[in-house]
Amino acid sequence: MNAIVEYIKDVFGGMKSLLTGMTVTVKYFFSPGEIVTQQYPENRDTLKMFDRFKGNVYMIHNDQNQHGCTACGICEMNCPNGSIEVIAKQVVVDEKKKKVLDKHIYRMGMCTFCGLCVKACPTKTLAFGQEYENSVYKRSNLTRILNKPNSTLAN
Amino acid sequence: MADAIANIDLDKEEDYLLNLGPQHPSTHGVLRLLVNLRGEVVKDLKPYCGYIHRGIEKMCERNTYPQIVHLTDRLDYLSAHQNNEAVCLLVEKALGVEVSDRVKYVRTIMSELSRIASHLLWWSAFGMDLGALTTFFYGLRDRELILDIFEETTGGRLLQSYNCPGGLMYDIHPNFQKRVKECLVHLKKKLPEYDKLLSGNVIFMNRAQGVGILSKEDAISFGVTGPSGRGSGWACDIRKMEPYSAYDKVQFKEIVRSECDSYARYMNRMDELWESISIIEQLIDAIPEGEYQTKMKPVIKLPEGQYYQRVESSRGEFGVFVESRGEKNPYRIKFRSPNFANLSALDHMTRGQKIADLIAIMGSLDLVIPDIDR
Repeated sequence: MNAIVEYIKDVFGGMKSLLTGMTVTVKYFFSPGEIVTQQYPENRDTLKMFDRFKGNVYMIHNDQNQHGCTACGICEMNCPNGSIEVIAKQVVVDEKKKKVLDKHIYRMGMCTFCGLCVKACPTKTLAFGQEYENSVYKRSNLTRILNKPNSTLAN
Repeated sequence: MADAIANIDLDKEEDYLLNLGPQHPSTHGVLRLLVNLRGEVVKDLKPYCGYIHRGIEKMCERNTYPQIVHLTDRLDYLSAHQNNEAVCLLVEKALGVEVSDRVKYVRTIMSELSRIASHLLWWSAFGMDLGALTTFFYGLRDRELILDIFEETTGGRLLQSYNCPGGLMYDIHPNFQKRVKECLVHLKKKLPEYDKLLSGNVIFMNRAQGVGILSKEDAISFGVTGPSGRGSGWACDIRKMEPYSAYDKVQFKEIVRSECDSYARYMNRMDELWESISIIEQLIDAIPEGEYQTKMKPVIKLPEGQYYQRVESSRGEFGVFVESRGEKNPYRIKFRSPNFANLSALDHMTRGQKIADLIAIMGSLDLVIPDIDR
């Protein structure tokens, strides 16, 4: 007899626990205002990342196509993966030899977005961008030259 | 593989071997378990690691100390902040650098936020392991708020790399305190719903209670730490034993249960969510002013010697051992990862259990595979 009572107790206890859980799901079913689904591809135009979001590394240029990179190579030294390569060239200005930036190569495929290069840059020329869609068709497209063509060093 | 099969005694007709993983949804990653079954009862199992081995310890030997920090993100990606903190605390201890109170407070808050985020994801995935798909959406919905806080302050959602030797990479965002308080209010409203959904559910309780028994002695000898070890009655919280950062300034309970089963491990994590909320509440209004970064030398060289630092990550004790020869990179680095030790107890816990319970027990251990292989 006791076994039957226990069995019925179990059945009704189980039903009660299931209904308790159902109250939560039913509540959300009738209050769609609390649903927080984000429509990602549709909201692409209005989607704004946070200011500190770590997108691609890029080099800040002013409107005269000038940047602040002195080709010191500190970013290259700080990079843990070797994703940055700074190539400098010698130019003669006023009969004095001077080292200027030739190419600042950034390999995004190797970058782990640790932020050490941006933090270490003494002239604050490197920064993180806001892009979040980084897929490309060819791996070579992930290698970028950060200084724009014909850009010069800002004074 | 051939050796493994040869060593297993397949003496009866209903005995067979089952490869669970490496690509299996309920192993949460690329873990391969070779399960020896009799019918549907597990005789024993052998975990095969190495499918996501990246050689991080070896990579650390060629990196400088600030560079090592971001590699520790990639071990246990759900407690990335605590792992970073372990390396930073080690370097600061070795150099005798004292960080400001602001850094300590922010680190503690961030660690606890990561713990909440990690436990929420675990709760979602554990429910899904046992067939409750709803939990996955509810848990991830609330975790998103914490990830937004991370993203605003650190720039990263999952892998933050926010700590650096001597302090933090950036100061906290002006919105940080406001957002954290909003998030805690939201969580306090939602956590009782979790209990309603899963904790008291009769199907869930029948599958978790009395399953996967790990006695206190076994927990200690296998080195099972974290909420799993505390579910076996072993008080092993590093935050209590060796308080680091600001843990000595806050009041919190170490949650220990002695039921030793999956349900105890589950309830431990649910209670830790509340404890983490209470820790953050004590600290969030009291963040002192100060430097967010102590001035360090441009090239950090540790003095010759051996150093060990451990922290309580979301899954247990995470330790870093460094042997330094006085250079700018370590001579040898060793990570004591909690998941590797927790996995070692899986064979012992599942013997004689059903194959379906193996999934439940593995879920209750909360394994993160990249932390096992490193």
